Amino acid sequence: MTRPLLLQGGRVIDPSRGIDQVADLLVVDGKIAGVGPGLAAPAGAEVRSVAGKIVAPGLVDVHVHMREPGNEDEETVASGARAAAAGGFTAVCAMPNTDPVTDNQAAVGFIVRQSVRAGLARVYPIGAVSVGQRGEKLAEFGEMVGAGAVAVSDDGRPVASSHLMRTALEYARTFGIPVADHCEDPTLAAGGVMHEGLVASRLGLKGIPAAAEEIMVGRDCLLAGLTGGHVHLCHMSTRGSVELIRRAKAQGIRVTAEVTPHHLTLTDHACEGYDTHAKMNPPLREAADVAALRAALKEGVIDCIASDHAPHAYDEKEAAFDDAPFGIVGLETAFAVAHTELVQGGVLTLPELIARMSSEPAKIFHLPGGTLALGVPADVVVLDPAAQWTVDPATFRSKSRNTPFAGRALTGRALVTLVAGKTVHDVAASAAP
Amino acid sequence: MTVNLPNLGKDLTGLEHLTPEQIRLILDTAEPFKEVSERPIKKVPALRGKTIVNLFFEASTRTRISFEFAEKRLSADTVNVAATGSSVSKGETLVDTAKNLEAMRIDMVVIRHPSSGAAGFLGQRIRSNVINAGDGKHEHPTQALLDLLTIRDKHGKIEGLNVCLVGDVLHSRVARSNIWGLTKLGAHVGVCGPHTLMPRGIEELGVKFFPRIEEAIEWADVLNILRLQLERMEKGFIPSLREYYRVWGVTPERLERSPRPITIMHPGPMNRGVEIDSRVADGPHSVILDQVTNGVAVRMAVLYLLAGGRPELADAAKRGTGAGGGGSAE
Repeated sequence: MTRPLLLQGGRVIDPSRGIDQVADLLVVDGKIAGVGPGLAAPAGAEVRSVAGKIVAPGLVDVHVHMREPGNEDEETVASGARAAAAGGFTAVCAMPNTDPVTDNQAAVGFIVRQSVRAGLARVYPIGAVSVGQRGEKLAEFGEMVGAGAVAVSDDGRPVASSHLMRTALEYARTFGIPVADHCEDPTLAAGGVMHEGLVASRLGLKGIPAAAEEIMVGRDCLLAGLTGGHVHLCHMSTRGSVELIRRAKAQGIRVTAEVTPHHLTLTDHACEGYDTHAKMNPPLREAADVAALRAALKEGVIDCIASDHAPHAYDEKEAAFDDAPFGIVGLETAFAVAHTELVQGGVLTLPELIARMSSEPAKIFHLPGGTLALGVPADVVVLDPAAQWTVDPATFRSKSRNTPFAGRALTGRALVTLVAGKTVHDVAASAAP
Repeated sequence: MTVNLPNLGKDLTGLEHLTPEQIRLILDTAEPFKEVSERPIKKVPALRGKTIVNLFFEASTRTRISFEFAEKRLSADTVNVAATGSSVSKGETLVDTAKNLEAMRIDMVVIRHPSSGAAGFLGQRIRSNVINAGDGKHEHPTQALLDLLTIRDKHGKIEGLNVCLVGDVLHSRVARSNIWGLTKLGAHVGVCGPHTLMPRGIEELGVKFFPRIEEAIEWADVLNILRLQLERMEKGFIPSLREYYRVWGVTPERLERSPRPITIMHPGPMNRGVEIDSRVADGPHSVILDQVTNGVAVRMAVLYLLAGGRPELADAAKRGTGAGGGGSAE
């Protein structure tokens, strides 16, 4: 086994147990062996001072796209897991819109094997809701869960049929997994490339109205209420969605929701000049939406932050706005963007941010991790909340570079990431020649 | 000599980011070029030696011909590239198209493309001047400029006039360029048509919305009647062309109720009996063919100015001193 590791004198924040104190953290045999002040280092232990840094459960991202199988030039499970580790994530959930679609136990098992082989951040597969994500016939949830799937979703090809969504929510109950939905009415959104509003009108681009998302948020909440299933709403973008979720939660409906760092920080004005790095689905909305999403995250109406990491080849975004694909990478900027804008911006406390990027997403997807409880695998991140850096996509571990945050000055980053006690990212090591 | 005269910059991608002075500069430069087309020998040497590519990714008859005449009457060497469908569907990306054009060391590109922003995209990637001949639903600046010139010819001014754009504003690049150009030159702009064909937030651009054509006619000095693309009906924006004509068609009966004669414009091609009644199109207040004539002069002015021609020398340019006189297109 690896040597024991003692992280000394950091600010330990574990929202899962309400801990926020200066303490040591001891890792032995890949597991958390102690959290507390003045821990003694066992014989042969590596002792590392992390005074002034944050020691927290590794970050968890329930929504990423790994592009493997099918588009390995854009990302693989290994390259995505490396990007995740560099961003402070110890676990990420890979959406099934691969080629071929991850819609059966063999395909799910492939993702698990690639994740184990990479040995970096854990990559948990999400299986498809429907065979081929065609929106017709349920995929085999039971077998996929048996092979390691942690949720089902047709993300990328939203579930249009209300009947299929109802069936999926009912059927998923047996296996205790959430059905994650990309909320988009396909007829309202058809052909749209950005938020429907004044900016789209000026640019002459077809808009996607807020109602395209909200109709499906409303539908999904009603169906979760009808079936008792757990619906997880992906990347919420509108203030109307926030109100619908708030109401559903008040009624005790099993709904959880995520929001991306970019929907919390950018508006449709980022599309000015036809910047294809601001093209994502759902689209960037208006300032009032950003404000509502921030408040909802603070309040817990929205449960967690997810990156919707969506790699694209370097030349795909080099196109006219209409012709460019949707999506941006986010694993390596998520924490810093959220920390800079939300914590330094006075919206969330640091423990709140860590909760929404670690313990909460782990809890709603029933994943191990998101905690520093004694005896659990040591999935840990050491964060430097004072580190100032400028986003340079050329340095990304991801195979793709498509980010709207290039050149942005940010504060806060992951120094060390441990998965089961193994160092999968270390700024000090990677800076050495 | 060159005391703070406005110039146009490298490209003309739209009117949104031009100043009123720049727009007036183009209109004023177009004036002397009008006469060239009235000569028996319709050619001046202003752009001799310049290479211009007309790159049309969308079908176009009059805009392409108008540009080509403008280029030829200025003695430029021109090549027409008609790529039906988008470059992407042909397998070549717009970037590759741009790089190939650049490699051939051309001087100017006139581009029409189905994607909004395509002209600006090209302009940012090549050193040659780029002129937008219509990009998606974004802008069609030379059409708006020729509309402005025609209005100015007819009314002697633009400022203070009430100009109403009628029809499918939602999908119209002509409408967007007209809104920018007209508001910058001090006209009051109205739009009229079904709610389904109006862009979101249009009134925030300083535009007055008229739900019914009767109200627009009562208000307007000029009606610029947009072409109703027949596919709009198939896509469900309006129930039928018949009903569109009944509710929004510009007819002599409706115009008769106007307190003043209304100048009638249409960017073409017209759907007679849909958005415009034939008797109106052919009537005494129609300036539709003047628009076409002015199109050549306006495009000559744009080409001349972007090539580095000095506006005060436009008259001299006609006599043979060439473009520039100091301006450098490279």
